[in-house]
Amino acid sequence: MNILELQNLKKYFATQKAVDDISFNIAQGDIFGLLGPNGAGKTTLLRMITGIFYPDSGQVIFNGRKFDPINDTAYIGYMPEERGLYKKMKIGEQAVYLAQLKGLSKADAMTKIKAWFVKFEMESWWNKKVEDLSKGMSQKLQFVTTVLHEPRLIILDEPFSGLDPVNANLIKDEIFSLAQKGSTIIFSTHRMEQVEEICNHIVLVNKGKKILDGTVKEVKNEFKENIYRIGAAILPEDLQNPAFEVIKHKPDELLLKLATGTKTNDVLQYFISKDITVNTFSEVFPSLNEIFIKLVEGTKNARQFQQI
Amino acid sequence: MNKIWLIIKREYVTRVRNKTFLLSTFLLPIMIVLFIAGSIFLSVKSEEKSKRIAFADPSEFFKPLLKNDSSKLNFVFDITIDTVNYTQKGFDGFVYLDDSANHHYVLRTPKAASMSTINSIENKLNEAYQNYQLQQSGIDKAYLDSIRKASSRYFSVDNKGDDDKIVNAGVNYAVGFGSGILIYITMFIFGAMVMRGVMEEKTNRIAEVMVSSVKPFQLMLGKILGIGAVGLTQLLLWIILMSALSLAATAFLPSDIMSQVQEIQSNPAIVNNNAAQFNEAAKLMANVSSLNWPLIIGCFIFYFIGGYLFYSSLFAAVGSVVNEDPQEAQSLMLPIMMPIIFGFIILSSNLNTPDNDAMFWGSIIPFTSPIVMMGRISTSPPWWHLALSMALLIGGFLFTTWMAGKIYRTGILMYGKKASWKEMLKWTFRK
Repeated sequence: MNILELQNLKKYFATQKAVDDISFNIAQGDIFGLLGPNGAGKTTLLRMITGIFYPDSGQVIFNGRKFDPINDTAYIGYMPEERGLYKKMKIGEQAVYLAQLKGLSKADAMTKIKAWFVKFEMESWWNKKVEDLSKGMSQKLQFVTTVLHEPRLIILDEPFSGLDPVNANLIKDEIFSLAQKGSTIIFSTHRMEQVEEICNHIVLVNKGKKILDGTVKEVKNEFKENIYRIGAAILPEDLQNPAFEVIKHKPDELLLKLATGTKTNDVLQYFISKDITVNTFSEVFPSLNEIFIKLVEGTKNARQFQQI
Repeated sequence: MNKIWLIIKREYVTRVRNKTFLLSTFLLPIMIVLFIAGSIFLSVKSEEKSKRIAFADPSEFFKPLLKNDSSKLNFVFDITIDTVNYTQKGFDGFVYLDDSANHHYVLRTPKAASMSTINSIENKLNEAYQNYQLQQSGIDKAYLDSIRKASSRYFSVDNKGDDDKIVNAGVNYAVGFGSGILIYITMFIFGAMVMRGVMEEKTNRIAEVMVSSVKPFQLMLGKILGIGAVGLTQLLLWIILMSALSLAATAFLPSDIMSQVQEIQSNPAIVNNNAAQFNEAAKLMANVSSLNWPLIIGCFIFYFIGGYLFYSSLFAAVGSVVNEDPQEAQSLMLPIMMPIIFGFIILSSNLNTPDNDAMFWGSIIPFTSPIVMMGRISTSPPWWHLALSMALLIGGFLFTTWMAGKIYRTGILMYGKKASWKEMLKWTFRK
């Protein structure tokens, strides 16, 4: 079942088409990656999903019904990229306040916050003020306030920026366990290695349009270039065959691009005929990072995206 | 509705618990009362010291005429005194004729003499000359004085309205000006507080988190109402504290000052002289109590709240479009502050004529009505003026809140650049 369906969403601003006819579905329990370069329209899209913006046309179907921002926001947890907290407020009170705004009762909010604080070892923070927290600490607090009301849809925009690897892993584990409990997670980031690790379904948007949609595996299959890696004990220099082209030559490893129509067994046959002992033979899939750069750089006037 | 209530509560509680709120609430009245008490104390003290003035009067013209009746100036006629030795002989000053053709005298002092000393010497000389002239023409000074005194309050005029009540322009002036200026000041203080609150939400980057839970309009309204409640609380505490403190201050005034005041009151000569004034004061008191206080207080609260709501939403809109830089806020605040200042100018320059055109229009148009109407309220304006003004103010703040809500909605999610008034107008009329 799809928890979220976007149907032909459009949002035009005075100077640009921020979101120009985008449709996709997100299934219940998915960890969904929304990717795109800066200015692609990701934030505008997320703001329409969270009810902050109204689409110019098209509609959002949430949980099988037309999205109703006033009531449905209680089922959504949104951690925007531009996130912050009231600096002068005490941490405990702040968490209670944000939970109450999501419709939780005060007592309910208290018990849930305490449980999360224990889990994240934040018990001693309750009476501290936000201005006393480091960036990473407030990030953890923001994550807690985002998921506290057990939303069915959790939207995280760059959730790991500014976190050290230990805390990033802590949050990552929580994301996985929330997904296992049935929450759907939308994950917007530039960090492709994280997407590869966490997401099972991705959509790539650029300049307001969807240019890629599928599972990570599907996408990788779609963009694979018939490249194989061969590992062997000794590799002679003069390997020549019309079936493949050597891209990279190391003493014990070869990167081959197979000619169209060639089967992998033809290649292996060739190596066997040369009496070379093959230790490993595997297909090389492009990383999402490579796919991303390839797609985004190809478009005209695209903003240059920083390679990580 | 529940969410607005939560926001109001947060805005109220965090501000009221804040140290600056407590300090400004409790220190300001104490400082004002101390200031008033201090200035009374100083002015009473400074009058005590009398001055000994030597007078060079070779022709002995002034000697019989200048009488040392007041304690402030003490004239001594001694021909042995001159500009060199007057300080040695213990005098504070020395007066001598400088230019007989122009009747010009000079007061010589070691240090610059005060304005009041110079004036009172000049007055005494001229008074002495007047008495001399009266004597010369055979008029008895005492007789002339008694005629003057008797005739000064012989006839009296009061102003009565059609309702047969005495109208006192002075009281009206005081009530109008006092309440007008109070609304003027609080509008600035709490309007700016709303603006800073919105800017805080923007600079802390919490605006987007908030609007994913509540509608921007709810957020803005909650903030405005919460801070308005803080304003009312502070106003109330100020009034209570000020009255309590001024009572306490009179009790704690030094006893010699109190006895001085009592002395003046018990002195039959002074009382007699001032009988007419006491009568006037009694009338004033009667007049103060005859004012329609329920109407005045009711209108004050209405215009305080109405004016606050009218302007605070505009301040919120400005706060939503600026970034960290307070300089940006200044330039955008100016168009909002102008009508408030303009209202105050109308009030202060037309208070003597509460029924003229400027006051009428000023009290009807919602941009200035909270301030200007308070200047007219004690003169009981026609009820339809009041009704029209109130209706327009309600309509006005509904309009400004609606407009500000539109600007706010776009403004709080914008970072980086400041919006111009033109862009803000465009946002207003967008869906």
